[in-house]
Amino acid sequence: MALYSEKVMEHFRHPRNVGVIENADGIGEVGNAKCGDIMKIYLKIEDGIIEDAKFETFGCASAIASSSMATELIKGKPVSEASALTNKAVAEALDGLPAHKVHCSVLAEEAIKKALQDYYGKLSEGV
Amino acid sequence: MRIYLDNAATTKMSRTAVDAMLPYLDTVYGNPSSLHSAGQEAAEALDNARERIAKCLGCPGKEIIFTSGGSEADNQAILSAARAGARKGKKHIITTAFEHHAVLHTLKKLEREGFEVTLLGVHEDGIVLPEQVDDAIREDTCLVTVMYANNEIGTIQPIKAIGGICRDRGVTFHTDAVQAAGHLHIDVKEQNIDMLSLSAHKFHGPKGIGALYARKGISLEALIEGGAQERGKRAGTENIPAIMGMAAALEEACGSIDENARKLSALRDKLIEGLSEIPHSILNGDAFRRLPGNVNFCFEGIEGESLLLLLDDKGICASSGSACTSGSLDPSHVLLAIGRVHDIAHGSLRLTLSEENTEEEIAYTVRAVKEAVEYLRGMSPVWRALISGEQEFIIK
Repeated sequence: MALYSEKVMEHFRHPRNVGVIENADGIGEVGNAKCGDIMKIYLKIEDGIIEDAKFETFGCASAIASSSMATELIKGKPVSEASALTNKAVAEALDGLPAHKVHCSVLAEEAIKKALQDYYGKLSEGV
Repeated sequence: MRIYLDNAATTKMSRTAVDAMLPYLDTVYGNPSSLHSAGQEAAEALDNARERIAKCLGCPGKEIIFTSGGSEADNQAILSAARAGARKGKKHIITTAFEHHAVLHTLKKLEREGFEVTLLGVHEDGIVLPEQVDDAIREDTCLVTVMYANNEIGTIQPIKAIGGICRDRGVTFHTDAVQAAGHLHIDVKEQNIDMLSLSAHKFHGPKGIGALYARKGISLEALIEGGAQERGKRAGTENIPAIMGMAAALEEACGSIDENARKLSALRDKLIEGLSEIPHSILNGDAFRRLPGNVNFCFEGIEGESLLLLLDDKGICASSGSACTSGSLDPSHVLLAIGRVHDIAHGSLRLTLSEENTEEEIAYTVRAVKEAVEYLRGMSPVWRALISGEQEFIIK
């Protein structure tokens, strides 16, 4: 059996939403280089809807695929739905991750939550 | 298309080795312990293989024990020396921080049993100095075990000098020569080696077979009990086909060490030259005192597993010391031992060559690695922070 599902490999080979959003409404970075994974998620939010999501990732294939899938799952969704995204949903959408790679999907969930916190923080500052 | 550059992991069997095995998988099937003619036919083959392997190492056949591979040989050598030491009240062992886990994990087990282990640090060039060994030896030291050549960064250790010190100080000296056998000239007598481990599949022989050389006078303990095979030091019916394959492969490899080294080191140096053009990259281990076929680099700002998988998509089989490939949270202990920090060690790539590789393959590989590194850096937040000046480069 291959290490990764076809879905993981497909998202690793052709990651969606790679890049940076200038003047993003929310940015979340999690992980650290010491552990070998860093994920940074950028969100563009209008009227409570995630208009755009992009990511940069330093990490293994499953970290890249998890970022790609997570950004796909929240694009076009209301903020409330995005903040409810779980690592389990990311892993399931990728047809599963090997046990020692589940933390990659956790990072994706955390990066999105952090980007949304950043967004709310900016909102309250703006008020 | 496949370009196989993971020969430190395992090698393709040579035709000679396959051919040497075939009769023993087919017509010569006797058990060497049987007294009848079929058994004696196998026993003769076994003796013959043992003598040929011994000749490649510069020792008599009776100093060779067949094992299931390098790991078993390492385990047996270390545990035997430890038990013999303990009988004399000597429970201190010296090794290096960048040994193979077959050595390190065996020593961990002994530590739990009350042995004390000194891990010698390794210089950034990946070489341990004989003086370090000399300084670390104590009254109660029963064993020094230092690998012949490192499996990740390929650096070759001053084995003869270390062996000489151990001989002078009356300490048993073992070397894990799994990466060296068949690739470098070995003469256990001339190099003051008391015990040496080797594994056939690293020199185009079959998997699941190895050998332990133990000088006459070294007391060996059996890890596997149950029969008189291997002079009672390793029970179990001998794996004759694999042993015949190993003998043929080692003979063939040892017969062309210089020729292979010339060819491989020329390819290696081309590969090193090409990969050095990648900005913020660094060669791991000394550029010259290394195995002729070993190349190991770190690339800043990327992670090794994703690099491996991209290269695999381009037909290149390689290896990495990143945490993701080791299955643990830490990157390679070898890279950490030579002073690479975690951030850098995660972005490592090992390419290990064989005689079958060509200049075209090397040129293609250099291009493929450059593209893959650039692509991964393009999506790496670490790389962005580095080039924007937010973070300082570790590799200048």
